[in-house]
Amino acid sequence: MAEIATWKKILIGLVCLGGIVLAAPNVFYATVEKANDARTDAANGAVLTPEEEQALAGWPSWAPSQVVNLGLDLRGGAHLLVEVAVEDVYADRLEGFWPEIRDGLRDVRDDVGTVRRVSLENGELRVRIGEEAGMPVALEKVRSLTQPVISLTGAGARDFAVTVDGDQLVVTLSEAEKIATDNRTMEQSLEIIRRRVDESGTREPTIQRQGEDRILIQVPGIGSAEELLALLGTTAKLDFHHVVGRAADGGANPGTGNVVYPSVDEPGVFYIVERRAVVSGEDLVDAQPAFDQNGRPAVSFRFNPSGGRAFGNYTAENIGNPFAIVLDEEVISAPVIQSHIPGGTGIITGNFDVEESTRLAILLRAGALPAELSVLEQRTVGPELGQDSIDAGRIACMVAFAAVLIFMVLSYGLFGLFANIALIINITLILALLSVIGATLTLPGIAGIVLTIGMAVDANVLVFERIREELRSAKRPGRAIELGYEKALSAIIDANITTLIAAVILFSLGSGPVRGFSVTLGLGIITSVFTAIYVTRVLIVLWLDTRKPKTVEI
Amino acid sequence: MRLRLVPEETHFDFMKFGPIGVAISGFFIVASIVVFFMMGLNFGIDFRGGSMITAATEEPADLSTYRSTLEALDIGDFTVTEISDPAGELTGAVPNQVTMRIEQADGDETIQQDVIAQVKGALTETFPGIVYLQTDSVGAKVSGELVQAGVLAVLLAIGAVLVYIWLRFEWQFSVGAVAALVHDVILTIGVFSLTQIEFNLSIIAAILTIVGYSLNDTVVVFDRVRENLRRFKQTPLAEVLNLSINETLSRTLMTSLTTLIALVALYVLGGEVIRGFSFAMIWGIVVGTYSSIFIASPILLKLDVKRDWSKPEDGGGAGTQFANIDA
Repeated sequence: MAEIATWKKILIGLVCLGGIVLAAPNVFYATVEKANDARTDAANGAVLTPEEEQALAGWPSWAPSQVVNLGLDLRGGAHLLVEVAVEDVYADRLEGFWPEIRDGLRDVRDDVGTVRRVSLENGELRVRIGEEAGMPVALEKVRSLTQPVISLTGAGARDFAVTVDGDQLVVTLSEAEKIATDNRTMEQSLEIIRRRVDESGTREPTIQRQGEDRILIQVPGIGSAEELLALLGTTAKLDFHHVVGRAADGGANPGTGNVVYPSVDEPGVFYIVERRAVVSGEDLVDAQPAFDQNGRPAVSFRFNPSGGRAFGNYTAENIGNPFAIVLDEEVISAPVIQSHIPGGTGIITGNFDVEESTRLAILLRAGALPAELSVLEQRTVGPELGQDSIDAGRIACMVAFAAVLIFMVLSYGLFGLFANIALIINITLILALLSVIGATLTLPGIAGIVLTIGMAVDANVLVFERIREELRSAKRPGRAIELGYEKALSAIIDANITTLIAAVILFSLGSGPVRGFSVTLGLGIITSVFTAIYVTRVLIVLWLDTRKPKTVEI
Repeated sequence: MRLRLVPEETHFDFMKFGPIGVAISGFFIVASIVVFFMMGLNFGIDFRGGSMITAATEEPADLSTYRSTLEALDIGDFTVTEISDPAGELTGAVPNQVTMRIEQADGDETIQQDVIAQVKGALTETFPGIVYLQTDSVGAKVSGELVQAGVLAVLLAIGAVLVYIWLRFEWQFSVGAVAALVHDVILTIGVFSLTQIEFNLSIIAAILTIVGYSLNDTVVVFDRVRENLRRFKQTPLAEVLNLSINETLSRTLMTSLTTLIALVALYVLGGEVIRGFSFAMIWGIVVGTYSSIFIASPILLKLDVKRDWSKPEDGGGAGTQFANIDA
């Protein structure tokens, strides 16, 4: 039994020690978390408040400061899974291509005759030309206007596909361009969601792309998902339009080049406005909550130079006429232009309260979402329940732990005590690993730890039962212990690998609670095999070496 | 004085009970399937779509007040249940909790955001001090995918261990172990149909752990069988199986008991959220322990392991060439 090399003993000791050091910050969770927050603020160049200074002093900077990341079910917060309507953008892309086609075909007017746009629907832009004989020339010309798609997979593909249907050219987005557009839309959406959530001042939000067209948003500490949704649910596309007239119902025929939008604060009122915006939200560089001259909440904004110039010119030419401020296809307000507004700043009034004007300002600053979001899943855990869950989980863990410890000592005496020390180290290692890899601990994760407590003793039970058997055949203690470990090994490996397989499959296929559970279960299996095989063995060897017992009772 | 669950040496004739065990299990499997088709599972919103709101009030609130408040909103089918947590005193959980489940409107792929807002608005008006502990809402699109992923996970896990045991032992062992596994999964689903305990994502996690645990148990017995097959080359298979089960009995009961202790603590004290989960696990441990003795081994006996000893013993014996792993 004395064959465990010294370097192995030292290595095993070091792993245990490392685990204890790395798990230690979790014992002082609140202190460490506050200190970490203060440190992040300081790193971002913020001036620290006295409380933050104190928090910073609470945990030394040289000490490990990674703590287990608590999941939303344990600390409270909101979880949203949204789908981005990526195909919304296709029509815009085609719309943007139309002027190019028109101008391009104008150059070959002698061959193609008149050019007329027929329709843009179902992802198809249809263009009719007057001279059917000129179709090959027209096709050639439009094809020459398309650009190659730059992407890894779409090598050689062009952005638009052009086909002929009778006297009509049919322009659609190519598959490669659709994929490229989807990716751009997703990246833009992620960025804008991130900006909106950050601006609202919450801590450590998780914003992840999931699959082709989904985004997962998790914000700890927020009381309701409604709050988050109010921030994310709107596209926030702001435009300033020329008002043509008013209508009594939304079905009124607005005439070519115009559209009908409902008014937000006057029920039953509709505005007919020019489809083309005078200035759009893309030209905004800043927006702030403000108050108008009557002291009512409003939003002040500033345009970039080109937007400011366009706005200035428009207001100069249209004094006395109303213009419409349109947010997401609804008219917020339609003030009458009193005078020329140079300099590119202005103020939006409407029926806001302070909260709404603050939100609108955030939305405008962050920019418009390129496509609509639809919410597929929403989960909110209130902070009260989070605390309850932690308490319940903690109590369950401690009771389970204590019961197993007592049971092991009753069954195996001193050896049971060795197994218990290994079990405590095991839990410490799980916490250390969770802290270091930054995995999130959820309530099912706590269940996984409790289960690990139950199963971790299995390997030791296997070994101890083997040692008992070997002792029965009158072997010397050292030899019996050695054989016990040796013979139990294959069963321990097989049994744990099968459970590990289940944990890995859970992790890769699961989401939410399933995943949280699989993380702690998988980590628990790895650490429990280590502690049950190596840690107990080192303890037993040390005991044998110092005490040199003639007989072993197990 | 040591605590001993079983005497040092036992000589139970488990194989004699094999046919009885298989018959009893057969009955329960059929019963589970019948119950499943008659009553179905009480699928939670994870798999069916819909919303679930857990709220608490300071004062005890009347369930009928909740019902009438929700009824007035005309939001379709809903259920209101009071949560009584016996461990609430000990763990300090919020008292007077109520869970409302609101069915998803047909054909609606996204969640019913406005319905939740309406319900919360109306409840806050009726019970001014109400606190919303948890709000979950899953759209039909996602819930469909969650069902698929759940079923796929269980099937994949079973397939993966089938292959693993086949590589490590022989195919007969593999069939025995997987039969025990499928037995456990079917019985677990049967119990959930019978009790109508909510079947949600965490239950899938529980079933997968049962898969892992059941295997764990079976593999320990089989490992001993393989070893004994090598030692007692002429002994009839039934005797080898009996010997192996008896030899591992002490360990089987110890481990099952420690795991059960941990799970019972979780069931009683862990709070409402993981109660269904711990229940599934407790059931799985009991069934899994039973099946590794009374299902897996009799099937192995029936299939009869190939015992070709022409190869030298250190060449692997009853196992394949993968059988010897030395760490």
